[in-house]
Amino acid sequence: MHVHLYRLLAVVLAVALLEILCRGHVIPPLTLPAPSLIALGLLGVLAHGTFNAAIVKTLTNVGLAIALAVTIGTIAGAALHRAPTLRTLLEPLFSTYYAIPIYAFYPLFIVVFGLGDAPQVTIGFMLAVVSMIVSTLAGLDSVPPVLGKTARILQLGPVATVRSVTLPYAAPYLFTGVKLAIAYAFIGVIGAEFIMSNTGLGYEIRFAYDNLDNNVMYPLILLILLIAVVVNMSLDYWERVLRSRRERA
Amino acid sequence: MADPYPIHVALRDVTKTFQSKLGSIDALGPIDLELRQGEFFAVVGPSGCGKSTLLDIMAALAPPSSGTVTFEGRAIGTSVPDGVGVVFQENACFPWLNVADNITFGLRRQPIEQMEIERRLQYALQLMGLNDFARAFPAQLSGGMRQRVCIARTLVMQPRLILLDEPFGALDQQTRLLMGDELLRIWRATGATVLLITHALDEAAMLADRVAVMSARPGRIMEVIETGWPRDRDSRIVSDPEFGVITARLWSLLRAQSLHALRPDTA
Repeated sequence: MHVHLYRLLAVVLAVALLEILCRGHVIPPLTLPAPSLIALGLLGVLAHGTFNAAIVKTLTNVGLAIALAVTIGTIAGAALHRAPTLRTLLEPLFSTYYAIPIYAFYPLFIVVFGLGDAPQVTIGFMLAVVSMIVSTLAGLDSVPPVLGKTARILQLGPVATVRSVTLPYAAPYLFTGVKLAIAYAFIGVIGAEFIMSNTGLGYEIRFAYDNLDNNVMYPLILLILLIAVVVNMSLDYWERVLRSRRERA
Repeated sequence: MADPYPIHVALRDVTKTFQSKLGSIDALGPIDLELRQGEFFAVVGPSGCGKSTLLDIMAALAPPSSGTVTFEGRAIGTSVPDGVGVVFQENACFPWLNVADNITFGLRRQPIEQMEIERRLQYALQLMGLNDFARAFPAQLSGGMRQRVCIARTLVMQPRLILLDEPFGALDQQTRLLMGDELLRIWRATGATVLLITHALDEAAMLADRVAVMSARPGRIMEVIETGWPRDRDSRIVSDPEFGVITARLWSLLRAQSLHALRPDTA
């Protein structure tokens, strides 16, 4: 309990320090407005509803990228686990995957998918999917062979074994994969909106930046920060619930 | 004279050869063995003699390289036959399920009514002394209790042949003796045929009607010893003078084989 309190205190103190530095003009208002002003600005932006369409667009695209990455990543990971030769072939690609600057391919995605939402979803998906595949493989590797034997003794077929035994056993690893996939999908979609898009939160932040409109830019950055923190904290909570059952009480 | 006990499981000329980078390894056999209906049969042998491979073949978890295995008169194919239950040495509990869900895991995937599932669950919980732990998760249980959960999960499927692969291998001596008593109680209550694979001679001598002694790799049956214990027995027979005689006989057969397994060049 004390740890949670100290964590909260650390955040509050950091924000308070920032507030003092901004109010005392140590940090100029053009560089960073006071946190309280950013928060008020966010409330205003939300109340006004100017950016509702952009928020919905970004969250929809992130959601699509996550859903695709988690579904395809899990299926691909499970399939690769059963195809050791293909896995050996692809594993070097997975280990170096995040060294590839995906954004460099953004013009290609626009040529292939057009100017709609598809390029942004594709980048989010491509960033997220490999973490899901790697986590699925790690999870399935961790399943003790005796559980596979038990499934056969209990007359489970291959699909039922994957669904009812191996995937549930690998759930903590899959959960880590989902967490990473969510983070990468946010980075991918919002990053793509920054570079070349005419909608979404990333685009609105860049537009505000280009026009030196701190009253919009910082509240929107805060909004993204809040969404990321809320999503991550909810996932942490569910991960703790999941793990608490498996670890000695 | 005809055998008064029907044959439940029969192995004929069963062998197992593994292919490795170093060439083929003869792991087992040839083995000829018959298990009688309702008997408690134990197999002992030196490390690496193929005891667990023998069990895998009987459960259809691994195919024999040659020979045939029949269960209730039918040849065993590539899938585990209906009526066969296996308890392994390793912890085979599903960690994401509580005790009750672990025990009924197999039942819930069969066309069995909920009331019957509940009845079998309560019976198994009672028989294995797990009544107070139905909602506990495996991580909250001791090694012995987790093994009881695995035995209960096997029992609720009402197997006619129970194969036990060193089920008490990871437990301390006192717990093993008590679990042995429970096993005897279950064997009497279910009337199933039991095959116990073990490296512990005293465990085999105490529990089984007959004990097969296997040679070092490739494992063959050297001798089958009848213990002659009454069906209604428990761990107190370890103080019976005959128990010492049986254990000594098992050891005299196994000593040379165990030495051979340890130092193949000296035997």
